Amino acid sequence: MNINTTKIISLLFFIFSAFYLYTAYQIQVFAFDENAPFNARTFPIYLGYAGLFFSGLKFILPEPNTIKVDHKNLEYKKTAILIVIAIIYGATILKVGYFLTTSLFLFSSYYFLGERRWVLMFLLSFPFVAAFMYLLHGILDIYLRDPFLQSIGVMG
Amino acid sequence: MIEGILIGLTTALTLQNILMVMVGCFFGTIIGMLPGLGPMTAIALMIPITYGFDPATGLILMAGVYYGAVFGGSTSSILLNAPGVPGTVATSFDGYPMAQQGKAGKALAIAAWSSFAGGTLSAIYLLFMAPSLSKVSLSFRSPDYFALMILGLTAIAAFSSKGQFLKAMMMVVLGLMLASVGQDSLSDITRFTFDNMNLTDGISFVLVVMATFAMSEALTIILKRNDPTSAAKQVSLTELGSIKINKEERTKMYKTIPRSSIIGFLIGVLPGAGATIASFLAYGMERNVVNDEEKEKFGKGSVNGLSAPETANNAACSGSFVPMLTLGIPGSGTTAVMLGALLGFGVQPGPRLYMTNPEIFWSIIMSMYIGMVILLILNLPLIPYIARILAVPKNYLIPLILFFSVTGIYVMSFNNFDIYLMIGIAVVATFLRLYDFPMPPLILAFVLGGLMEENLRRSLLLSNGSWEFLWDRTLTLCILLTTILIVVWHFYKSIIRK
Repeated sequence: MNINTTKIISLLFFIFSAFYLYTAYQIQVFAFDENAPFNARTFPIYLGYAGLFFSGLKFILPEPNTIKVDHKNLEYKKTAILIVIAIIYGATILKVGYFLTTSLFLFSSYYFLGERRWVLMFLLSFPFVAAFMYLLHGILDIYLRDPFLQSIGVMG
Repeated sequence: MIEGILIGLTTALTLQNILMVMVGCFFGTIIGMLPGLGPMTAIALMIPITYGFDPATGLILMAGVYYGAVFGGSTSSILLNAPGVPGTVATSFDGYPMAQQGKAGKALAIAAWSSFAGGTLSAIYLLFMAPSLSKVSLSFRSPDYFALMILGLTAIAAFSSKGQFLKAMMMVVLGLMLASVGQDSLSDITRFTFDNMNLTDGISFVLVVMATFAMSEALTIILKRNDPTSAAKQVSLTELGSIKINKEERTKMYKTIPRSSIIGFLIGVLPGAGATIASFLAYGMERNVVNDEEKEKFGKGSVNGLSAPETANNAACSGSFVPMLTLGIPGSGTTAVMLGALLGFGVQPGPRLYMTNPEIFWSIIMSMYIGMVILLILNLPLIPYIARILAVPKNYLIPLILFFSVTGIYVMSFNNFDIYLMIGIAVVATFLRLYDFPMPPLILAFVLGGLMEENLRRSLLLSNGSWEFLWDRTLTLCILLTTILIVVWHFYKSIIRK
């Protein structure tokens, strides 16, 4: 049997389904519900078996159209940087506040994607976020937590 | 009935109410365009304002917001592949590829005309069939709903691209597994949360859709060194925003719109079904009825593929008013919010509503049609300008898509965990997309997961654990036979192709 990446994904999904099924059996149900025709673990158990069935079939059956991905041409570096920036953005948004973190996130993303038009980069980050924030917070009355703006007295 | 229609027209055509529809459509479109803020949020934001008006005017305003938000959701689906509303997920399947080919204006225009036609036709259906349809919708039982969901999930898997049935079914199961995270709806027992409080309420739809569509699309573009604006660069801004639809495309729409509006309306009438299932089913049905040449274009910018879900989701919006107004049962989350507002006005929906409060019943139906016209008048001239989003260079567009995705989640939960979860799901989805695992089945399964479990639970409890409920009722059996036919037909076609 020819093992390609799709088969490996199917195998991983098979293992994931087995873990899901095991966890489904561990769901604690009320004593009076234990022998009921349907309880909190019934549907997940069916799903676990369905996952095993479909991924097992995919793993066993021959692959009609093998998908070949040319890894040499993939831009892993920029993608990874973007993911890391997004994680840092997520980690700081509550502590620092929406305005500063979002503006910095946009500015740094433009930079790492190769943009060097500084004025445009600035306009599409700080003033853009300020306008968007005004729309959400000022007009639509959607609360946006921002300790930074509160500390400098811009936001009440 | 004629008297009722006249009462409705008189109420709906007052200057104040026309103004309300316009304001509602305008704000609804803007809010709908922002990922994370769907029609439910839009209507919820309007409730305090509506209490200053009489019930008819308040509901007319909310109906305008509803339609506007659904149309706004289509715009972000088509231009950014970021559907903020479940009902517009299917719109992105062909709308986004069409926009990528430099036909953003055309895609938006097709969506606008299809929405208008779907809404218009369903308003007509509603006019004549509302009272009798409410009885039909009540005849649907849990086994029928369960079978209907199996049909929807199988259809979307079977209609994925060639040789992808098993991959699509794996994605269906993954979607259902994601939906099972959190508290069980009946017993409140937590499942698959691993003692993490952030997962107790489950994973939000917007998070999953943003991760698997918008964010993973942005990551895929960077990873594959694609340029989503390349086609837009090759055409002029006028061409990019052109809303001209040629004769061939119009002919395709003429055929698609009537059938999709019927399916959309009928699904919309069923309590709990709503625009999402309607749009997916209409997309699946359309793919099945077109010729082989057109079928090949699905997922690559097909006119039929764009028109069908857009018609159906708007038709379903009107349809969902039937159970709300005639039975007091909301057909969707959005109509549930509207029902709350209606009760707040002191109006009791039910079979006698159109006798006790005819001005409310008929003016809502009439204002729906007026709302459709106004939505079209407001949005068509704006399309050439909205379409220019695609002329924004890639280095700016990608961070902006990521920004909208994260903001969409942030304003919903104010929670770091949800942002990490979204990034995690997006990375997995990007990897899966690289190997052609389709995402639409995952989304549909995620949306239907809760409902499916609920209906299976009721069916099994009522039948004392026996699976006989699957063939006890004729309607259930018919739906399941259709499902089997679709699977058999799919395998038969695959064998023929080989």
